[in-house]
Amino acid sequence: MSDATHSSAPLPDSIASASLAKLGKFWDLNEHDHPEGHSTMLGFWIYLMSDCLIFAMLFAAFGVLGGNYAAGPGPRELFELPLVALNTSMLLFSSITYGFAMLAMQRGSVSQTQMWLLVTAVFGAAFLSIELYEFANLIHEGATPQRSAFLSAFFTLVGTHGLHVTFGLVWLFTLVVQVSRKGLIQANKRRLMCLSLFWHFLDVVWIGVFTFVYLMGMLR
Amino acid sequence: MSAKNYNDLAHAHAHGDANPHAIGHHGEEAHGSLRDYVIGFVLSVVLTAIPFWLVMSGAIADKTTTALVIAAFAVVQIIVHMVYFLHMNGKAEGGWNMLALIFTGVVVLIVISGSMWVMYHMNANMMPMHAEQMD
Repeated sequence: MSDATHSSAPLPDSIASASLAKLGKFWDLNEHDHPEGHSTMLGFWIYLMSDCLIFAMLFAAFGVLGGNYAAGPGPRELFELPLVALNTSMLLFSSITYGFAMLAMQRGSVSQTQMWLLVTAVFGAAFLSIELYEFANLIHEGATPQRSAFLSAFFTLVGTHGLHVTFGLVWLFTLVVQVSRKGLIQANKRRLMCLSLFWHFLDVVWIGVFTFVYLMGMLR
Repeated sequence: MSAKNYNDLAHAHAHGDANPHAIGHHGEEAHGSLRDYVIGFVLSVVLTAIPFWLVMSGAIADKTTTALVIAAFAVVQIIVHMVYFLHMNGKAEGGWNMLALIFTGVVVLIVISGSMWVMYHMNANMMPMHAEQMD
C-alpha cells in the first residue's frame, strides 16, 4: 500500500512533509480505511465502565440509606444467606461456562459454542429465578420497596443488577440464533466477546452486592 | 492534485506501521486459555466461600474486623475476575482499557466514599436526635 502511494507521489518525503508543515495540516482530510469493528471492544469496554458508574451510584445510595429501616424489618430478619450463597454459585458457574463457550468459539466449534452458551443461559435463568423467588418472599412478608429507605435502596440496587442479567440472557439467546444462522463469522465472534465482557462484568458487580449488601447487612 | 497526494503520504506514514499491530493485537489478547478460566474459577469459589463462612459461622467475634476482612476478600476477588475472566492487562487496546478502568475506579471511589462521608456528617451535625433514634 505504501509502495503505491510513493510511486504516485510527485515529491520526495522530505519536501512533502515540509510543505505539509507549512500548510499546517496534520490531520487526515481523506477518510481512511477502518477495518469493520476494530474499535468495538474498546467502545464496549467504555460502555461497561459507564455502567459501572450507575452501579457506583446505587451502591452509594445503599451505603447511605442501608441503615434507615423506618422501624421496619432489617437485613437480619430478611436475608437468608444460604439462598444468597446458592445464587452466587449460580452466577459463578455461569461465568466459567461462558468461558468454555469462548474457548469453543476459539476452536471454531459451532455446536459446542451453542451448547455452552445454553448451559450459561440455564445458570443465568436459575440465578434470576432464585432472585425473583427472594423478592417475592420479601414482598409477601411486607418488606416492599415502599417500606423503608433501606428496602428502596436494596430493591433498586439488586433489581438493577437482575435487570442487567435479564438483558444479558436476551442477548445470549439472540447470539445463539445468530451463530446457528451465520456460523462463527468475525462479526459473531466480536458480539460473543462483547457479551463475554458484559457477563463477567455482571459477576464482578455481584461480588460487590453479596459482600456489601448481604454479608455486611447481616453484620449490622 | 498536490494537496491530495500530500495527505496520502502523511496517511501512509502515520498508519502504515500502526494498523497491523493493532489488528494482530486484537485477535490474540482478548481471549483466555482453559487454564486461565479454571484458575479464575477455583480462586473465585475459595474467595466467595470464605467470606460466607466467616459471616455465617461468626468465626471472628468482632463485627468491624469481620466486615474489613470480607471487604478485603471482595477486592481480591474483583481483581481475580478482572485478570482471569475479563483478561485485563496493561497492553490491551494500547493501554486504553486499563486507563478507562483506573479512571472509573477513581470516580467510583469518590462517589461511594464521598457520599457516605457527606451524609454521615450531615446526619451527625444536622439532626437533633441520638443515633439510636435514627434507626
